[in-house]
Amino acid sequence: MKTFPLGGVHPPENKLTAGIPIRYLPIPPSVAIPVTQHIGSPSEILVKKGDMVKTGQIIAASKGFVSANIHSSVTGVVNKTDSVIDASGFRQTAVFIDTTEDEWLETIDRSSEIITEIKYSPEEIIDKCLESGIVGLGGATFPSHVKLSIPRGKRCDVLIINGVECEPYLTSDHRLMLERSEEILVGITILMKALRVTQAMIGIENNKKDAIARLTGLSGKFPGISIHGLKVKYPQGAEKQLIKALIKREVPSGRLPLDVNTVVHNVGTAFAVYEAVQKNKPLFERVVTITGKSLASPGNYFVRTGTSVRYLIEAAGGVPENTGKIISGGPMMGKAVSNADVPVVKGTSGIVLIPEEESSRSEMTPCIRCAKCVSVCPLNLEPYLLMTLSEKGEFERAVAEGITDCMECGSCSYCCPAHRPLLDYIRLGKSLAAKMARKQMVK
Amino acid sequence: MSNLLKVSLSPHIHGKETTRKLMHGVIIALMPAFLASVFFFGYGAIIVTTVSVASCVLFEYLIVRFVFKKTLTINDGSAFLTGLLLAFNLPSNIPVLIIVIGSFVSIAVAKMTFGGLGNNPFNPALVGRVFMLISFPVQMTSWPVPAGFQTGYSDAVTGATPLAIIKEGIKNGEPVSQLMSQIPPPSQMFLGDIGGSMGEVSAFFLILGFIWLLYKKIITWHIPLSIILTIIVFTGTFWLINPEKYADPLFHILAGGVLLGAIYMATDYVTSPMNPKAMLIYGCGIGVLTSVIRIWGAYPEGVSFAILIMNAFVPLMNRYIKPKRFGEEIKNG
Ligand code: SF4
Ligand code: SF4
Repeated sequence: MKTFPLGGVHPPENKLTAGIPIRYLPIPPSVAIPVTQHIGSPSEILVKKGDMVKTGQIIAASKGFVSANIHSSVTGVVNKTDSVIDASGFRQTAVFIDTTEDEWLETIDRSSEIITEIKYSPEEIIDKCLESGIVGLGGATFPSHVKLSIPRGKRCDVLIINGVECEPYLTSDHRLMLERSEEILVGITILMKALRVTQAMIGIENNKKDAIARLTGLSGKFPGISIHGLKVKYPQGAEKQLIKALIKREVPSGRLPLDVNTVVHNVGTAFAVYEAVQKNKPLFERVVTITGKSLASPGNYFVRTGTSVRYLIEAAGGVPENTGKIISGGPMMGKAVSNADVPVVKGTSGIVLIPEEESSRSEMTPCIRCAKCVSVCPLNLEPYLLMTLSEKGEFERAVAEGITDCMECGSCSYCCPAHRPLLDYIRLGKSLAAKMARKQMVK
Repeated sequence: MSNLLKVSLSPHIHGKETTRKLMHGVIIALMPAFLASVFFFGYGAIIVTTVSVASCVLFEYLIVRFVFKKTLTINDGSAFLTGLLLAFNLPSNIPVLIIVIGSFVSIAVAKMTFGGLGNNPFNPALVGRVFMLISFPVQMTSWPVPAGFQTGYSDAVTGATPLAIIKEGIKNGEPVSQLMSQIPPPSQMFLGDIGGSMGEVSAFFLILGFIWLLYKKIITWHIPLSIILTIIVFTGTFWLINPEKYADPLFHILAGGVLLGAIYMATDYVTSPMNPKAMLIYGCGIGVLTSVIRIWGAYPEGVSFAILIMNAFVPLMNRYIKPKRFGEEIKNG
């Protein structure tokens, strides 16, 4: 069975919502839409207080190449532009809109008919992605039009589609693959056309047999697309690990997938691309898993961007008494939010409520040098050593030992029997090492 | 809802592994061999083990409490394990006071002076054992012969171990084939019906524990197998050259402390290397040193010394023998 070779852990899957079909979350009375929902420069706000906006209307325009358009997710009146705290705990500018109704832009095709014929050239596809504000929905939120524009001198020969969803709890990609299978396959075909490749491989963890079967059944109609079951092991869905598992190419340290002639897109992105290109629908809603062991009714929802997490949790039965942590994203790599008022954005794949008793960390004890952290690191780094070096401030040696390669998958902290916060220290070391490198460049 | 949400960095969940569970796992793995010793050596095995474990735990408690003035670390199970391993390396009739002294050396000198669990460069149980061997050579090398369950302790019937018989004999120029007739056949050695340290004798039960350790992923195969294979290759080569002057590899594996050392002592987390490549080199080193000491050294047995010598190289190995990082080769080539 295909898998990445080094390391990895097996956290309990807890996919509580795998069998629950996606529903549409009612539109909230107001939304706060951040103007930076992607990696890159903030977009420029195009609306002001009192403006009427329609669902799907652009409200902030991308600024610079690596940036993305932002669209209104509701119909209503702009109340203010103000700061909002995002999932990372940072303040950032958002457009606040009070909802009046739900009137979509006329250009958007709201029918449920699936359009398989692709009428556009690669350039037109890339333009449509740019226009519609498509970003990577797997969590990285890198603007898709950038990823689709292959720089001169580079070559892509295979497109990889990430349907792994290796994070515990999350099921948004799983449900989407089951319920919007054909749309996703069309979306992948569109991406293939834009990249001018004839081959695409979808990687899916073997705990989603139904999705694998469904996509495989339909794939006959879509030349060049193959579906591959992967071993259930975290982090199977990490970009470099997925590439290694599927096509046996190893992305060199510090480089991009394109350096081994491939590009990776998430299944959710493929769906968004389908909607943007075939239906003229900008990216203003996405599937979000709302889940947790004590939650009354966990589920999967199409959620408009800017909807507060609180509103989403209410729909799932409200915050249970014993909630200790609310995580945006999965429990391995997601961010714990400080309050429930943060908005759902393009990159929000799920909201996980962790009960009090599971949310506290155990006290750290001395490192027993069991080497478990070394053996689970998918990059074969030595986390115990990187932690010690960061603690001691030996950043130069930490860099030599590969600290900047760490992808923060959390496998090391997860497995450490002494409960050492390895990744916390590695992050610290990484950021200080980066600071040091910048200083040296200035000199 | 409570307004006091916890915010901490990812990951937000943790595996079930704890230091204590790992230590307990090793203790459980040692139980079959312990029961075998009780079967072969009787009360002696129970007394030695009880005294050794109790004094190791007590010394750790006293030092942590009154010297470090810290809260307890006893419950991590490491002192218990050290005590158990020390007992396994002792004859089952050794005077109780000597055990207490050995335990003191193991815990106070070999472990705590370096700062406690995780910081000691040498395997504490082995430091204790070697100290005892040097200080009390007579008591440490009078081996009770297995005589079924017996209630005697210091008056147990003693005899030479198979290793000592072979070593002495070869020194006196006797051919190995003749010496072999004086020691039990391999099947009997495999079960542990031979003289030796109380916990080292039963190959079968030690291997049973090894399988459990592998199954539980408490240790990996690298260190034990590289030690055993190296000893087989090394002693096997000499045996093939001259089977009348050198004992066969099977004998070397079954006699003495190779299995106990390879599976349970050399794999001690704290004092062994941190990656598979280094582990293999470490294991080969122990295998070679053990064979060399056994064939040419002054002692009939060499496992303890070999492990301690290789322990000394572990920091160096961790510094210079590195796992190949993902994406590294391509970058450099
Ligand atoms: S997993 Fe934890 S205890 Fe084991 S070597 Fe790594 S840091 Fe040390
Ligand atoms: S968080 Fe970094 S160091 Fe830890 S296992 Fe993942 S890649 Fe390795």
